[in-house]
Amino acid sequence: MSIKLEHVNYIYSPETAYEKQALSDICLEIPQGQFIGVIGHTGSGKSTLIQHLNGLIRATSGVVYYEGRNIYEDGYPLKELRSQVGLVFQYPEHQLFEISVLKDVCFGPANQGLPEEECVARAREALEMVGFPEKYYDQSPFELSGGQKRRAAIAGVLAMHPRVLILDEPTAGLDPRGRDDILNQIARLHQQSEMTVILVSHSMEDIAKYVERIIVMNKSSVLYDGKPKEVFSHYQELEAVGLAAPQVTYIMHALKESGIAVDLSATTVMEAADSIEASLKKAGKETVGTV
Amino acid sequence: MIRDITIGQYYPANSIVHRLDPRVKIMCTLFYLISLFLFKSVLGYAIALLFLSFCIRLSKVPFKFIVKGLKPIIMLLMITVIFNLFLTVGGDTLIQIWKLRVTTEGLRTAVFMAVRLIFLIMGSSLMTFTTTPNALTDGIEKLLAPLNIVKAPVHEVAMMMSIALRFIPILLEETDKIMKAQIARGADLESGNIIQKAKSMIPILVPLFVSAFRRASDLAMAMEARCYHGGEGRTKMKPLVYRKRDAAAYAITLVYTVTAVLVGRYVSFHIWIF
Amino acid sequence: MDIVQTRQLIFDYDKRDDEGKVIGHHRAIDRVDIDIERGQFIAILGHNGSGKSTLAKHINAILVPTEGTVWVDGKDTRDPDELWNIRQTAGMVFQNPDNQIIGTVVEEDVGFGPENLGVPTEEIWQRVEDSLKAVGMMEYRSHSPNKLSGGQKQRVAIAGVVAMRPKCIVLDEPTAMLDPNGRKEVLEAVEELRKREQVTVILITHYMEEVIGADKIFVMDKGNVVMEGSPREIFAEVDKLKEYRLDVPQVTRLADELEKRGFPLSRGILSIEELVDEICRLN
Repeated sequence: MSIKLEHVNYIYSPETAYEKQALSDICLEIPQGQFIGVIGHTGSGKSTLIQHLNGLIRATSGVVYYEGRNIYEDGYPLKELRSQVGLVFQYPEHQLFEISVLKDVCFGPANQGLPEEECVARAREALEMVGFPEKYYDQSPFELSGGQKRRAAIAGVLAMHPRVLILDEPTAGLDPRGRDDILNQIARLHQQSEMTVILVSHSMEDIAKYVERIIVMNKSSVLYDGKPKEVFSHYQELEAVGLAAPQVTYIMHALKESGIAVDLSATTVMEAADSIEASLKKAGKETVGTV
Repeated sequence: MIRDITIGQYYPANSIVHRLDPRVKIMCTLFYLISLFLFKSVLGYAIALLFLSFCIRLSKVPFKFIVKGLKPIIMLLMITVIFNLFLTVGGDTLIQIWKLRVTTEGLRTAVFMAVRLIFLIMGSSLMTFTTTPNALTDGIEKLLAPLNIVKAPVHEVAMMMSIALRFIPILLEETDKIMKAQIARGADLESGNIIQKAKSMIPILVPLFVSAFRRASDLAMAMEARCYHGGEGRTKMKPLVYRKRDAAAYAITLVYTVTAVLVGRYVSFHIWIF
Repeated sequence: MDIVQTRQLIFDYDKRDDEGKVIGHHRAIDRVDIDIERGQFIAILGHNGSGKSTLAKHINAILVPTEGTVWVDGKDTRDPDELWNIRQTAGMVFQNPDNQIIGTVVEEDVGFGPENLGVPTEEIWQRVEDSLKAVGMMEYRSHSPNKLSGGQKQRVAIAGVVAMRPKCIVLDEPTAMLDPNGRKEVLEAVEELRKREQVTVILITHYMEEVIGADKIFVMDKGNVVMEGSPREIFAEVDKLKEYRLDVPQVTRLADELEKRGFPLSRGILSIEELVDEICRLN
């Protein structure tokens, strides 16, 4: 089991006026290679949760295991953990600082103690993985467009060759095409490598399209944990806690209520179209040629 | 949570001291501080103690908070005391250990210095506990207004101060975020010698500066969009207006200052060496 | 008279080298003619880099045209004497909630604009209260902005603009940095505002769901206005929008997909109810 959380609790500012329980009794098992989505309203604990996975935050109580080892035991190499569990924060471009993009991406591998040629090789490989154009390798990161900066920042984490990649709202602030590009890139990365990918997002449509498992956080606990279709079938409960299901889910339910036999578990546009088409055809409606 | 740290710590309460005009508090604290340096005898400090206690009582700020303000200067206090204790010459020798000699003059100076420092800190803390940073900048702006005649940028400086105050918690939080992001990339901010530690600050400071400049640029645009064009022609939403209680505060402080300085400097009074 | 008019508007950004010397320019707005009627809800859509934010900044004279003209309420934005009038007429709310709040207390920030306009103290208080009520943030008037959520901060920013009694409010990607709840809060506040104050609202965004209620939409790409029309007309062109790096809500995409598969559906379906109605009718 790649990552395991056992009864993890985390309390902010204990014993002060601002004390707050951010995580309550979290028990999770994350197998290697899974593509997971984490959703939850602001303040639900999702950012706190992911920062426990690479040891940035230490649980108030409970244990976090990485590859079977308790990361809180004496002498555990946390620095090593962070190169295995890579974390890309929201608006990661705010961490860029070097003179050139290439040097910035080398920062991670350099911290791992790798020799310079190896760092550069990894940096180039990572930049290619995120689709960053080679002509900008030597440019200052501060002169790039928002989307390019973001790619460079993600490459900075990929260059460390993590086995687990966590991305906190990687599409924040991007336009629709930018969002699609980054998510497609991430999906491709997941397919090609054996990385576990954990995506924190607010966009239900994005999550539904790409992940194989959804963890729903609500007020410091795990509310649901399962396949997307399962989770979105609870769309009314999700709404009650300030979340939503993809628009398609609502469409399908509305159709069902109006008497059209459709697949309620459809969460993407294509699935919905297939199901509606099938249903209408069965009802004997004829298509009026192609448009 | 890091956003809740305020510079100078304001303690919210509804006391008459809180409600005083910030100009009064600034000026009175100034008079009080100056008086501390004019005392020659213990009587002066005694009167100052009375005045300070009276003010603390009125402010409804718990005594332990005021004392907490002394924590950061404990070191300074100790150093001051020790230096003055052993290095002052004059008067009779009290104790002699090896080469270290404590004289009456040394003891006197050390104690007076310590008391002065403590009273100074407590008085200033009281002012910042009862006045919001913004009220302070408003007060300073109004007090320095006469400098406008010589075209000093009084309003601009006050505006800069209040914007800085507003953004300190934001920048602190940003520093925290940047640190976490770099630690997640394996940055080591703790180990190594001075030079290594300084180098490891670059991945924190560069993004922070870039961010600060970007914010400044955005903010300037937003201010212009809301028709900000300097201090001329501006009105105030919360103009500073003196009230009766302010006059009373000035009066009381004046009485204190005159009495304390006269007595403390010109009345002969001794308890032992003090 | 229209509230905003542009004629053959061209704007170039200077490109500089390492030493700061100008080495060329980038044309951000390329001959744009736009007319915006008073009291309407106008949306300007475009991908990042399309020129929409640059255009927005011409409406309150933060930028002036390289060539061509922009008139706001009949005044030429190049006229330095009209600068502050124009900015009072066309208020602007920006993308980053933190970087436009100046006061350390909510009500003080809302009062910043009126203070700059020289409004007498008593009237400032009246305006501040009215504006905070208009955006639903009265109970937070004595709070520090630091403790507010993104959506709440943006509402304070909107109140700050409303307190200046503008004729037109430009919102430059006000929801780009917010979570879905924050986005909803802000859009509802804007809707409320439109009904109560009858200001012209110009919303710059790349989120299609936000513009369904607009009176007119302009779509920008590479500095040009490439599409113009009602939401229904614009949303009908799903493929074209995709070319311009934009996207439509799932319901519209679904309708488009079904239409491609041969089902006769109306073009530019905007809501779930519409789609369900039409599918039922086909059944």
